[in-house]
Amino acid sequence: MLRSPAIRSFRMAAWLGWQIESNWTDPFLFAIYSIIKPLAAAGILVIMYRVVTQQAFDTPVFAYLYLGNAFYQYVSAVTTGVSWAVIDDREHYRTLKYIYVAPLNIPLYLFGRGVARFLTTTFAVLIIILFGVGYLKMPLALNTIQWPLLIVSLVLGTLMLGLVGLILAGITLLTARHSYYIGDAVAGALFLFTGAIFPLDVLPSYLRPVGYALPITYWLELMRRALVGRVAQAFPTFSTLSDGQLLALLAVMTLALGIISLVVFRWCERLARERGLIDYTSNY
Amino acid sequence: MAVNTEPNLNHLAIQTEALSRIYKIRGAKKGELRERVALEEVNLSVPRGELFGLLGPNGAGKTTLIKILTTLLSPTRGRAWVAGFDVVRESEKVRPRINMVSGGETSGYGLLTVRENLWMFAQFYGIPSRQAHQRIQTLLEMIGLADRANTKSSDLSTGLRQKMNIVRGFMTDPEVLFLDEPTLGLDVQAAREVRAFIRRWMDENPNRTILLTTHYMQEAEELCDRVAIIHEGRILACDTPTHLKQATQHEAIFQLWVDPEQALNPLALENLPGVLRLHHQWMNGGLQIEISLAEEGVLPLVIGELERQRAHLRSLQKRQPSLEDVFVQLVGLRMEEVEREHSNGYHPDPQE
Repeated sequence: MLRSPAIRSFRMAAWLGWQIESNWTDPFLFAIYSIIKPLAAAGILVIMYRVVTQQAFDTPVFAYLYLGNAFYQYVSAVTTGVSWAVIDDREHYRTLKYIYVAPLNIPLYLFGRGVARFLTTTFAVLIIILFGVGYLKMPLALNTIQWPLLIVSLVLGTLMLGLVGLILAGITLLTARHSYYIGDAVAGALFLFTGAIFPLDVLPSYLRPVGYALPITYWLELMRRALVGRVAQAFPTFSTLSDGQLLALLAVMTLALGIISLVVFRWCERLARERGLIDYTSNY
Repeated sequence: MAVNTEPNLNHLAIQTEALSRIYKIRGAKKGELRERVALEEVNLSVPRGELFGLLGPNGAGKTTLIKILTTLLSPTRGRAWVAGFDVVRESEKVRPRINMVSGGETSGYGLLTVRENLWMFAQFYGIPSRQAHQRIQTLLEMIGLADRANTKSSDLSTGLRQKMNIVRGFMTDPEVLFLDEPTLGLDVQAAREVRAFIRRWMDENPNRTILLTTHYMQEAEELCDRVAIIHEGRILACDTPTHLKQATQHEAIFQLWVDPEQALNPLALENLPGVLRLHHQWMNGGLQIEISLAEEGVLPLVIGELERQRAHLRSLQKRQPSLEDVFVQLVGLRMEEVEREHSNGYHPDPQE
């Protein structure tokens, strides 16, 4: 046998996920869709910002919300990418039982299935940032980007989002087809609490703890800091924390989330086995 | 001193001990939970190298048993071992040694070609890529699908997709292979090819084991070294097809074709002393009667009764007992009658 089950689970699932993600139409249409979709999403925010604030795009506030919004796309994409594989394989392709019978590491298989969404979202985020810098003159310079912080934060953040996706995948195992939307629903519900488009201080004091308890909040802050440094740090919420402290907080929260998500996923798997849900097709 | 309670499993591919599975099903009323027994105290031992058949109507518990043995479903009670490992406690050790194919479904990634689908599953099992391609090619040729290897599986007919899935199950060369109704939905020719393929695969290596479920009597008779007859979650009999049929050998089974002048009263025939069972159906303009008698000497009584009812005998044939007769003897109904009852009545688990 070649490779450990962990490596082959992740590698082949990533290959499969990419085939599914990229082969639904011809490459030209796929490329057009991949460019237009993120630009349209960013365009809505840009117009709202302009109408509501009447301010220019080269202000710190715009950079704060524009980057927060751009990176927030990962939340929906990665969590859905990981959890949706359960529905896709069980209800659509009817292969989940064969995946479960195979000697695979299921959490890593699901992470692998999320890779394609991560890659297409990375492309979308790049387009959005290039549009922001090139056309809207957002204050971001290549020579001030903290590349090591950016890479470490992106890797850690992606892992953290994958772990959230794993919890949702466990819940999806126990529910019917409408949980297709579970990733989007969770991303939508948390949008206002993570400081994506405004600092947590804007929230009423009784809602702020929700934001502080979410690792996504720290991750978004780190991504902004890696790209626009002091501009981001000037905002009040985390101004007293250094980059290192934020990174440490994110790492600790990701570790805790890792333990929680594995426990939850295994528990859901056990319930799914007890209830006969692994190959259940709801035919919704 | 600790006592080892594990059974000696060295020569067994599959063993179950009082294996039971009860489904809890939501009733029509809110909060109502009902129980349905899918498997009840199933004890099976399948030695390595055997092609073992589970024969029973839809809803008998065959798929439930396979799901438990392939680690997809937890048993409610009892234990099971596959390839020497407990399917619940040691499922990680069971999975590399098994594979499974379910008939009558169109599973597979439609946007991948047949070859890509198979290659990907071979990678899941850690088979080196070159070896996987060789095995895939060999098996596709054996099953007659080589010319469609580069076709997207969504473009295949149901039968061809089923063949692709059969290759997926066999290509990992599992110690124990589970085939759940492998010829379900296939046309006669394709089913024959699949049966020949299964037999050839078994003949190649005496250590391979297959557990095959079917509700086709002929398939069980043709393929299986031993057959267990399962009905309503219980194993009613388990032996070689020959021995099972010998158990009904003391009965005399006749097929009669008659032309009745008036409506036949089958009850009068059934009530004759020595008539054990009777089944009749209209066929090719005449009435076909299949009748099981305690002994051949009862036959003149039957013919006399037919004459009395003005049903003219066209032909008469004595036939050897089949697995169908064994099933009828054990259950009291033909398999198709059980399935008809099942489809008309309450059956809450659509997948079983």
